[in-house]
Amino acid sequence: MQGNHACALGAVAAGCRFYAGYPITPSSEVAERMSLELPKVGGTFIQMEDEIASMGAVLGASMGGVKALTATSGPGFSLKQENLGYASMTEIPCVIVNVMRGGPSTGMPTRASQADVMQARWGSHGDHPVIVLTPASVDEIFTETVRAFNLSELLRVPVVLLYDEIIGHLVETIELRKPADLALFERKWTKVAPDEYLPFAATDNGVPEMARPGDGYRTHTTGLTHGENGFPTQNPAEVDRVMRRLLGKLDRNRSLIESYEALACDDADILIVAYGITSRAARRAVKLGREQGIKVGLFRPISLWPFPQLPLVEIADSATKILVPEMNAGQLCLEIERLCSPASRVSRMNRIDGEAITPAEILARVKTLEPNR
Amino acid sequence: MTQNSMHTFEIRDYLREELMPHFMCPGCGHGIALRALLWAIHELEIDKDCLAIVSGIGCSGRVGTYIDANTVHVTHGRPLAYATGLKLARPDLEVIVITGDGDCLAIGGNHLIHACRRNLNLTCIMLNNEIYGMTGGQVSPTTSQDRFTTTTPLGNHEPGFDACKLAAAAGAGLVGREITLQAPALKNLIKEGISHPGFAFLEVISDCTEIYGRKNQLGESPEMMLSQKASTRSDVYRNTVDQPFRPNAFETGVLTRNDRPEYAAAYRKHIEKKTLI
Repeated sequence: MQGNHACALGAVAAGCRFYAGYPITPSSEVAERMSLELPKVGGTFIQMEDEIASMGAVLGASMGGVKALTATSGPGFSLKQENLGYASMTEIPCVIVNVMRGGPSTGMPTRASQADVMQARWGSHGDHPVIVLTPASVDEIFTETVRAFNLSELLRVPVVLLYDEIIGHLVETIELRKPADLALFERKWTKVAPDEYLPFAATDNGVPEMARPGDGYRTHTTGLTHGENGFPTQNPAEVDRVMRRLLGKLDRNRSLIESYEALACDDADILIVAYGITSRAARRAVKLGREQGIKVGLFRPISLWPFPQLPLVEIADSATKILVPEMNAGQLCLEIERLCSPASRVSRMNRIDGEAITPAEILARVKTLEPNR
Repeated sequence: MTQNSMHTFEIRDYLREELMPHFMCPGCGHGIALRALLWAIHELEIDKDCLAIVSGIGCSGRVGTYIDANTVHVTHGRPLAYATGLKLARPDLEVIVITGDGDCLAIGGNHLIHACRRNLNLTCIMLNNEIYGMTGGQVSPTTSQDRFTTTTPLGNHEPGFDACKLAAAAGAGLVGREITLQAPALKNLIKEGISHPGFAFLEVISDCTEIYGRKNQLGESPEMMLSQKASTRSDVYRNTVDQPFRPNAFETGVLTRNDRPEYAAAYRKHIEKKTLI
């Protein structure tokens, strides 16, 4: 099965019943598969007039209580960013797929890149919470799509599923799990009496309970900075309180979100930090390197934002060198340099020509980093 | 008739009184439009719990906040997109969009065309005051020619755009226009729009007395409204129906009706047929 199709099937298995999107290479197969699958389960597929409208429709559907998905690539992702910020601000669950292609601008639509790592985190204006997950195989696209819906519903945060064109178009065997076999989290609908309900009051995990339209709550939702009652406020003390709660949601729930894989890290002198298709080349490089007696390991973040920082710091502690291969001009390496002191340990390795980084290239670079050279 | 319609319309039953005083300027026509909408909702006996008001950004966008219903104040120009998702996900809700001339025709123009084309069962009420009021009085797509705004200090060199012609051409199920001076007629038009089983585009000729009126010496609100009334001369309008730009005269009431299939019903019917095969 193709990666983009696995994303669609993962979404349907996670309970997604609404898709709005706009065609863009290399993500269009997600939309195509959703247009086929959703009618079978009573869902709705709509191709909107642009990416902005797609994101708006997704949020409208989610406000109505239906799990909703959209998929796009770099240029379309830029167009979605304003409404993505609305989702962060109003805490409307939604999942956005960004299949990364070469950029900037129209760039290389059919070639792969990993250049939206920072756009995924900082693409919308203002301080805003967003979760970014980055699968590295077709099977993991399926499972991470399910997890994206779970995290979004549970924490009321937009979740970006970020993967490169190669993973999106890769065809691999996957295990198709049935919804009954998956742990699915549902949004917490409030049971508080309507006259006592505050739509943006924090609960135990910092996430407010939602009210479904039609259930008698008649709430107000606005992208303006709002108080616990949902209505606009500019009272500094109130703004400070509600914004800190909003921005603190991810920190409070880091253990739920953060995920990574560590391969041969225990005694590694040289640590490779890689994600997506590049992590697969790195995995091969680690195997070849170990066969040649090089103490090399791989740290593969699956949640990019929030970044699994404590696990990395711990694992990287004993490494003398850290290599960050990426298909961009250097994005995640900034976070690695920030976390792994001294930053002089961190080496960048970048390809920006639309081609994947090969295991041989990584291994050759690893060899130059060996301490005894 | 249910009990609801037995008693006379009391606007307080439909307002969030705790939010008063409202933020609209003295003389603003948006308040009359709000009253007409709530009056229509009352007469149609729409359950407030099942009423969703989606609005964009600008003076028009803030009007919905005062309605005691499920209200959503979204990003600039996008209320039709949000409303499309909400209505498709929740056909049980009565979804009404309140938008303005800038929100609906400039930044949101693309969404209007496609909302008309789809003919999803939404009601879109565009409050046209010919100006960006919230941002301080800049020119909008509907600003009349030669009028002064903060970004047309020499007078507007472009003619005002006729949104109703656009909506009709794009296939909206029902297109209508009314002025705020004729509040009962406006209420009846909104009722027609909500009752129509398809996309209804309703233009409300509102007035921005405080900024637009003052800048162009159009007088106070009563003068502006009377001047709008004088412009509703159908004989003049009919002579200019082929022009996409509005002359200084316009027609009111239901302008066009188009009994095309409604989008959601057509989609359900279509996929049912195909999935059975």
